[in-house]
Amino acid sequence: MTIVEAILLTVVTASTPLLIAALGELVTERSGVLNLGVEGMMAMGAACGFAGAILFDSTLAGVLCGILAGVATSALFAFIVLGLAANQVASGLALTILGLGLSGLIGAPFIGARRDPVAHLNIPGLTDLPLVGRLFFGQDAFVYASLLLCLGVGWFLFRTRKGLLLRAVGENQASAHSLGLPVLRVRLLAILFGGACAGLAGAYLSLVYTRFWSPGMTSGRGWIAVALVVFAAWRPGWAFFGAYLFGAATVLQLHAQAAAIGIPAQALSALPYVATIVALVVLSLGRRRDTGAPGSLGMPFVPDR
Amino acid sequence: MKRLLTHLLATAALAAVASSASAQDKLKVGFIYVGPVGDHGWSYQHDVGRKAIEEQLGDKVETTYVESVPEADSERAIEQLARTGHKLIFTTSFGYMEPTLKVAKKYPDVKFEHATGIKRADNVSTYAAKFHEGRYIIGQIAAKMSKTGVIGYVGAYPIPEVVAGINAYFLGAQSVRPDIKIKIVWANSWYDPGKEADAAKALLDQGVDVLAQHTDSPAPLQAAEARGLYGFGQASDMIRFAPKTQLTAIVDNWGDYYVQRTKAVLDGTWKSQDVWGGLDSGMVKMAPYTNMPDDVKKMAEETEEAIRSGKLNPFKCPVFKQDGTEVECGGGTALSDEQILGMNFYVKGIEDKLPQ
Repeated sequence: MTIVEAILLTVVTASTPLLIAALGELVTERSGVLNLGVEGMMAMGAACGFAGAILFDSTLAGVLCGILAGVATSALFAFIVLGLAANQVASGLALTILGLGLSGLIGAPFIGARRDPVAHLNIPGLTDLPLVGRLFFGQDAFVYASLLLCLGVGWFLFRTRKGLLLRAVGENQASAHSLGLPVLRVRLLAILFGGACAGLAGAYLSLVYTRFWSPGMTSGRGWIAVALVVFAAWRPGWAFFGAYLFGAATVLQLHAQAAAIGIPAQALSALPYVATIVALVVLSLGRRRDTGAPGSLGMPFVPDR
Repeated sequence: MKRLLTHLLATAALAAVASSASAQDKLKVGFIYVGPVGDHGWSYQHDVGRKAIEEQLGDKVETTYVESVPEADSERAIEQLARTGHKLIFTTSFGYMEPTLKVAKKYPDVKFEHATGIKRADNVSTYAAKFHEGRYIIGQIAAKMSKTGVIGYVGAYPIPEVVAGINAYFLGAQSVRPDIKIKIVWANSWYDPGKEADAAKALLDQGVDVLAQHTDSPAPLQAAEARGLYGFGQASDMIRFAPKTQLTAIVDNWGDYYVQRTKAVLDGTWKSQDVWGGLDSGMVKMAPYTNMPDDVKKMAEETEEAIRSGKLNPFKCPVFKQDGTEVECGGGTALSDEQILGMNFYVKGIEDKLPQ
């Protein structure tokens, strides 16, 4: 295995959870709801995903548990911001705190347990191809799922009627409502989808990334996912680009350190964030007026009677 | 944002601590941890020490801990413990130094014990363990076990404690294999399992086949196990995470010290002091030597014994800096404690630049 191939493989692992979580948040925000609880939902997904995998001795069961945990956590959020029309920013922050705390409680009995690596795709012939073999034909199921998810979300949002409906709700809730669109139901489903994705991303962390669970292991990745959505201008394709840019910058700075190229480690550590800011500036210059933010983002909706 | 949330969490935890505190004449002992107690490493081992106090002095003391307290915002957490009647407070990270001293000034009747610190006061003791003794041993093992001749090190931050560890590791390796090479990656975090794993993978991808770490989670060790290579546990015995990979682990054993200091407060003999215990005091222990041939194991055991008995010092003079200049020998036959505690250079043979 060449060093380039090795780096690319690590980049994929580092980027996948960001991509999955960002796609979920992207759909949620497209419906007009800002959920800042991604970090908390991810933490829940990581804890429950790992717990499920250990209890049922199955990675698939773990993944399902992780997704369910994300959905359940986001359902609570939906109840507060849709049912009670509470402030979304505050509720999202509360969700993060709750998720981090509760995940610690759930995961505590599983501290010290470990899982074997998940299976990677192996197609004789293809997987053994130099350079591209392992990269394209030797990943784990999460990676392919994240790519399909990216395509799926793009297709859904921009090529289907339901996607149009969702965007309409997020763009202008009053108009959507006056047209008879079920604003709250659309948003509920979008929030639950976001929760499912965050849960899946969390499960990826504890089942693939590190293969053990420990408290607070999300280490801010949920926040990066939220930032990626803005970076991506609420477009799935850009979210893919952003997640991989961030993942690549993170991994490359570590390689640069190991190769002792002489740049201070602190500067290299800041690289992913610098890259994100630079990309944001460049992108913003390109589309001066329209940031792409859904018009009703963050606004509570109370249907008139 | 993440930091803010951690603050909120810490505050919430403190509120819980405060409300559960009842007026009793038991001695209240408080602990501040930098990571979660479930980190399997640094904070976990301090909590093992706390439990030792509970176990041995349970009828006379009451212990509380606050975990995941960010260093930058530790003053509030420490003061909260002092205010709620804790008479002995252990602050267990280097970065708690100034906050500890500040709070100690305000609460002269409260005793403080600051781990790995270098500043004391009448009511502030410092204590640390000579982990570099263990690192010298694992350096020797690493050099023996490496096939590629390149060993790796995942560091948290380039502070003297970590730098001295890297040097001891490398000197140990050099002592059995003069042409050994080392690659170093800084995670710039004490605890971020994902990033630690990435750092480890970067090293392994670049030809490292034995990995040491000075970050707190078992992630680097597991990364080595996934590749079928070797590594060392950090702070606690991590063998359950990597049964085929862990060669040994440097175990922090705080329990005896914590019990002894708590007793000192109970019988009124507590005095500000500076303790730096190594293998001889039992503050540093080596986990069982596993996954290695018998001759390597024998070498490790002999080195361990030599260090314990004082026959061998990892920083015995002469020590050379990277540019070949000899370090002034402050301690007679070896570097002085101050020189080791303030170490800000790499030794000769490390082909990397120390971030300053």
